[in-house]
Amino acid sequence: MAEILSFSILYSTIRVATPLLLAALGGLLSERSGVINIALEGLMLAGAFTSAVVTHYAGNPWIGLLAGIGSGVFIAAIHAVACIQFDSNQVVTGTAINILMLGIPTLLSGALFETTGSTPQIPRANLIPNAPAVIAFALVPVIWYVLYRTPFGLRLRAAGENPEAADTAGVSVAAIRYTGVLLSGALAAIGGAYLSIGQSSLFTRNMTAGRGFIALAALIFGKWRPVQTMLACLLFGFAEAAAIQMQGVIPHVRVEYIQIIPYVLTMVVLAGFIGAARAPRALGRPYEKE
Amino acid sequence: MSRIQGYAKNAYPLANFLAPLRGARYTAQLMKLIRELTFPLIAILAAFLVGGILVALIGDDPIQTYALLIGSALSWPDGIGYTLFYATPLIFTGLAVAMGFRCGLLNIGAEGQLTVAAFATAWAGISFANSSAWMLIPLTCLVAIASGALWATIPGVLKARFGSHEVINTIMMNFIAVGVASALTQTYFKQQGDPILETLPIGDGAHIPRIGQIIPGIPARIPLNMAFVVAVLACALMYVFLWRTKWGYEIRATGANPNAAEYGGISVKKQIVLAMAVSGGLAGMVAINEVLGYRYRYYQGFSPQYGFTGIAVALLGRNHPAGVLVAALFFGALTRGGLFVDIFTEKVSKDLVLILQALVILFVAAEAVFRRRMGKTESQV
Repeated sequence: MAEILSFSILYSTIRVATPLLLAALGGLLSERSGVINIALEGLMLAGAFTSAVVTHYAGNPWIGLLAGIGSGVFIAAIHAVACIQFDSNQVVTGTAINILMLGIPTLLSGALFETTGSTPQIPRANLIPNAPAVIAFALVPVIWYVLYRTPFGLRLRAAGENPEAADTAGVSVAAIRYTGVLLSGALAAIGGAYLSIGQSSLFTRNMTAGRGFIALAALIFGKWRPVQTMLACLLFGFAEAAAIQMQGVIPHVRVEYIQIIPYVLTMVVLAGFIGAARAPRALGRPYEKE
Repeated sequence: MSRIQGYAKNAYPLANFLAPLRGARYTAQLMKLIRELTFPLIAILAAFLVGGILVALIGDDPIQTYALLIGSALSWPDGIGYTLFYATPLIFTGLAVAMGFRCGLLNIGAEGQLTVAAFATAWAGISFANSSAWMLIPLTCLVAIASGALWATIPGVLKARFGSHEVINTIMMNFIAVGVASALTQTYFKQQGDPILETLPIGDGAHIPRIGQIIPGIPARIPLNMAFVVAVLACALMYVFLWRTKWGYEIRATGANPNAAEYGGISVKKQIVLAMAVSGGLAGMVAINEVLGYRYRYYQGFSPQYGFTGIAVALLGRNHPAGVLVAALFFGALTRGGLFVDIFTEKVSKDLVLILQALVILFVAAEAVFRRRMGKTESQV
């Protein structure tokens, strides 16, 4: 009995952690390049909605996933152009994108399917319940390698830490940052697609329900590093999975108190109580070429 | 002054057009006003243009949709009444965000602050339900302001003491607020068997009157209430606070240049905490409209992202109380009109309003798009 319980907790931990991890890794690439990305929530919604719609019409989840990635990159491009080209406030732009992606899927699904925000049910055979999880966890070593062992990774980190030095060394800070932000759109969109064509079989209004922000929290909790970020996602996933399993088991502790643990932990980490959490030095600072 | 006029000459066709009228100081002020109004107006036009293209793409008539949107918001008395009602919470959150911006802080936690405040206000209204209105209304209003202020002070102190970024902390505290409020509601204040996550009703003494009960000619069915008057007063008070008191001066100095402020003997840390507290108090005042004036209870999800719309309101209103008032009325009108668009168009839903809001924020934030074209680069906010 205990073994079955623990196995099912492990399984649901991974299920909960997968979309968080994908979005958090995306956020990592964007933020290490120097661009704040609180638009992860909106990028996930773009991916979730587009992949559900395209899978419905095309009857193939892989085409749906690709389309979802495309939509994530497109929306991320808006963020990138505003932040890199026009020096917009990155937090404000991210917030705008989150609001935009709350509205657009609902408007479109109303026009396409005459619903209030959801897409038609996709048959079970056309879902990809496991692939995104494999992609997510396989990406951790890949991103670690790229970040710390390749010239591109060095440039990405330099753009986020010391853009002036990177520029002096002949690196185009703008091009690096565009790459970081667009990749974050692609990864967050896969995370969103996992929700609509992996875990469930349709898109519903605001189906991410704050996961983009938990991913952001995991990114900070993991101190902007890939392996630590993965561990943070697993921890947060475990908290959520345990909260679901413990529902009603302990009568006086409400589930909500367990669900807020990740947010409280993130604030504690950010205040520097568990080792110093240092953001990339040039995070949020537009870079103006001299 | 010459700088302002030279600047206006290049960048502002309207100001240039008015140049022959140039008299004295008065004209410089007019130029300044025009300059302040130009970009918000361009941003709104651009947002409506993109929104219109979207409407056309999904197969409705943009002109007709916009006519419906604006017409239904301006009809008398229901259109205007509801527009003012929907504008009320946005005035509070717009002021809250603007207050933060003036001190160089981005308070995107207004949503959490107003959630906590609404719950605390309902708690006070239930716990002291038997008190008279003379006691209960001031008490509940005070609880609304104090609880919002307290919730916002936490990220303020964390920023001042540990340097942790207020954006992340306020986002986290938005989620904590919802979690705590819903847990406490379920444990202590929920009616047995009520399927909705909401508290018991507050005492009758805590109800604040509707405008329709005071001014004849406005039907009492419109939920517009005294909180709107409070909101307009809050705009005036915020102006006085920021531009006529020492505290306000120090907050603005900190926002303009923290290093210079510190050098000039201002404690930046103190200003950060103070600005966050005032900002949170303003956000908390949303509870006066929602709990004391409209729903008479707290329920989960009562706020359709007032806190985030407040960011749009503050940006569009250029972080000035008068601008915030006008911008909130604009978004209030959109909310009202959106409901009609939802019902009376073939395909467009009220989500068009969300999209327009987002586009306005994007265009205001990226006003360099328009500036550069006019040969001027200067990033604001």
